[in-house]
Amino acid sequence: MANSFTRMISGRNAAVMMAVGAGTLGSGYLLSDSTAAADRKRLYPPSADFPDLRKHNNCMAAALTPKIYAHLRDKTTPNDWTLDQCIQTGVDNPGHPFIKTVGMVAGDEESYEVFAEIFDPVIKDRHNGYDPRAMKHPTDLDASKITSGVFDERYVLSSRVRTGRSIRGLSLPPACTRSERREVERVTVTALAGLKGDLSGRYYSLGEMTDKEQQQLIDEHFLFDKPVSPLLTSAGMARDWPDARGIWHNNEKNFLIWINEEDHTRIISMEKGGNMKRVFERFCRGLKQVEHLIQERGWEFMWNERLGYILTCPSNLGTGLRAGVHIRLPLLSKDPRFKKILENLRLQKRGTGGVDTAATGDTFDISNLDRLGKSEVELVQLVIDGVNYLTECEKRLERGQDIKIPAPIPQFRK
Amino acid sequence: MPFGNTHNNFKLNYKVEEEFPDLSKHNNHMAKVLTKEIYGKLRDKQTPSGYTLDDVIQTGVDNPGHPFIMTVGCVAGDEESYEVFKDLLDPIISDRHGGYKPTDKHKTDLNFENLKGGDDLDPNYVLSSRVRTGRSIKGYTLPPHNSRGERRAIEKLAVEALTSLDGEFKGKYYPLKSMTDAEQEQLISDHFLFDKPVSPLLTCAGMARDWPDGRGIWHNDNKTFLVWVNEEDHLRVIAMQKGGNMREVFKRFCVGLQKIEEIFKKHNHGFMWNEHLGYILTCPSNLGTGLRGGVHVKLPKLSTHAKFEEILNRLRLQKRGTGGVDTASVGGVFDISNADRLGSSEVSQVQLVVDGVKLMVEMEKKLEKGEAIDSMIPAQK
Repeated sequence: MANSFTRMISGRNAAVMMAVGAGTLGSGYLLSDSTAAADRKRLYPPSADFPDLRKHNNCMAAALTPKIYAHLRDKTTPNDWTLDQCIQTGVDNPGHPFIKTVGMVAGDEESYEVFAEIFDPVIKDRHNGYDPRAMKHPTDLDASKITSGVFDERYVLSSRVRTGRSIRGLSLPPACTRSERREVERVTVTALAGLKGDLSGRYYSLGEMTDKEQQQLIDEHFLFDKPVSPLLTSAGMARDWPDARGIWHNNEKNFLIWINEEDHTRIISMEKGGNMKRVFERFCRGLKQVEHLIQERGWEFMWNERLGYILTCPSNLGTGLRAGVHIRLPLLSKDPRFKKILENLRLQKRGTGGVDTAATGDTFDISNLDRLGKSEVELVQLVIDGVNYLTECEKRLERGQDIKIPAPIPQFRK
Repeated sequence: MPFGNTHNNFKLNYKVEEEFPDLSKHNNHMAKVLTKEIYGKLRDKQTPSGYTLDDVIQTGVDNPGHPFIMTVGCVAGDEESYEVFKDLLDPIISDRHGGYKPTDKHKTDLNFENLKGGDDLDPNYVLSSRVRTGRSIKGYTLPPHNSRGERRAIEKLAVEALTSLDGEFKGKYYPLKSMTDAEQEQLISDHFLFDKPVSPLLTCAGMARDWPDGRGIWHNDNKTFLVWVNEEDHLRVIAMQKGGNMREVFKRFCVGLQKIEEIFKKHNHGFMWNEHLGYILTCPSNLGTGLRGGVHVKLPKLSTHAKFEEILNRLRLQKRGTGGVDTASVGGVFDISNADRLGSSEVSQVQLVVDGVKLMVEMEKKLEKGEAIDSMIPAQK
């Protein structure tokens, strides 16, 4: 805790600096000071509050036991965020037997520490056995290491890489106050104004955009909407919409940032066609420049070597990276081995509208499944190799040749 | 208790200007009343259970509203909210309840014998009659704020009280989470079942948390008296039946309510009530009697008359579609009910419904005969 706070102090104004100390002390008072709170604790022990998760299918429900709940219920992070607030989304959304969602979110960086007893098993479940207590996450944004990243454009229609970044010292979207959210916007927009050359661009605040600008952004597939998914709304991420939300993009329209949607920032590099190498190169370059620009003003991204980049949803820890393509696979997608091929390549298919949408025609969104335990370079290379394999399969099927299911890719570096 | 904005102490690190919500596009009572001064005065306060100003207003911030419909835009998290956040809630209450002052006293009258008439509404027009209200149980926080433990305790107490009723009130409890499909179908066709709230007015206030835990429906064997447990309020009590005998419905309503209240009092958990605000409920719009007495009535001609709205206004009545609030009418059938809740008693509110509907049915009959109704238009009640 001391570490992150000293860094905060170096870059921020005096008023906040003094108050931060008070805030840390104050967190204890909220529950222990008032007699009403003490009465409540006595009348409603953790067993009275334990959620009914019998019909639930999500990682939180699988991992949460009455014992863990009892240990953690009355704890708070330095920002007064509680366990119940982390798990509310998982309680309210029992899930589907075929789709296992995560079922909990972090309210701030410290959530992952204070509630480690529940976050660690959830992370392990979601990230193929990654153990945050024993393992380290590699970060590598050196795009020059990528090989053969240009796809056959008869199949690959577009290429895209996205990630998220959180600004250290400010609460995350489920928990943030209006002023924190506005500060995220301010810090990010100020930094982005410093981008030059092919990365220079402008910001469109959601609340102030004109109808014309809005339509333009929709047509370009840039605009994000107020979340309607109950997974997000039950976690409080749509509060105060559209206050301090917006979209920044460069003039060339291939590098964009979402501000204050599900994470503080979502950074996206995309272009039509199959040049994934260029997309990733611009991604890394842009990310590094943005990071440098915020550091000049004393801010930094949330990161640690156990969990990599800290984001709202545990599913996005590590790299937070989803690299993918829109690809036409008319023959392969109908082959009964398609699913297994994707699985072994550690790839995931989505519809062309993104998560939880259906494919239109034969065009799929194919991207990496994993986020944590492998570096950015490794994951993008994995997607490149995988997409190349898929296009090879499609071509072979076109020629009436047989295809093979590839050997499964190992999970973690030894 | 867990939800949304409760890391209040941390928030105080930021100035009022930095935290004040952007209400420039909003049309609700809270947005009209809330100023930076009021926000600054109240933001560091909490009720004893930890409910804060931002908790109160979040639903109003998230739901800017519609230019034609003025919603309330705030909720209470517990009984003390109405005290601790007086500076915000009193002007809202005044706005919403026809100028009700902080010094005014509210009259409670659940003596059904004081109702005049009401047993002769023409069943050819009046298809059904219904009276509902809400009750909050003292000692527990309200649906926007309560924890699972509290909600379950409320359910347990409510079920204990209700299952002890007998005679025409003998009945059964159906918890939402263990209802069979057959039971669910039956409750839907009886028009009894309530759904998980989808309206953002409710979900943004945290009232759908943990659904369906602790929620259920109790009704008597005759299907004329029912209680919703832990929907938008701790209890919603409803008496209803087909036809136009509002008098009988109101009698059953009053008798049933009083029986239930006695049982809760014996358990040292009476209903939340005070002489200024009457019955305390989650939404400030339901303070006072919390009563909505109404009928489903066929008014195809009157409803298209140019003066329909004005007539309703003068009679202190309100129209809704037959699906309830925010629905459209079907086939000229409207839900007509009292508009007021606070500042007049249960008896007087139901009296307005009974008298007003009787008059409107007469008007409808006149219009059917091609006669004018101008002479019948009432003075402002």
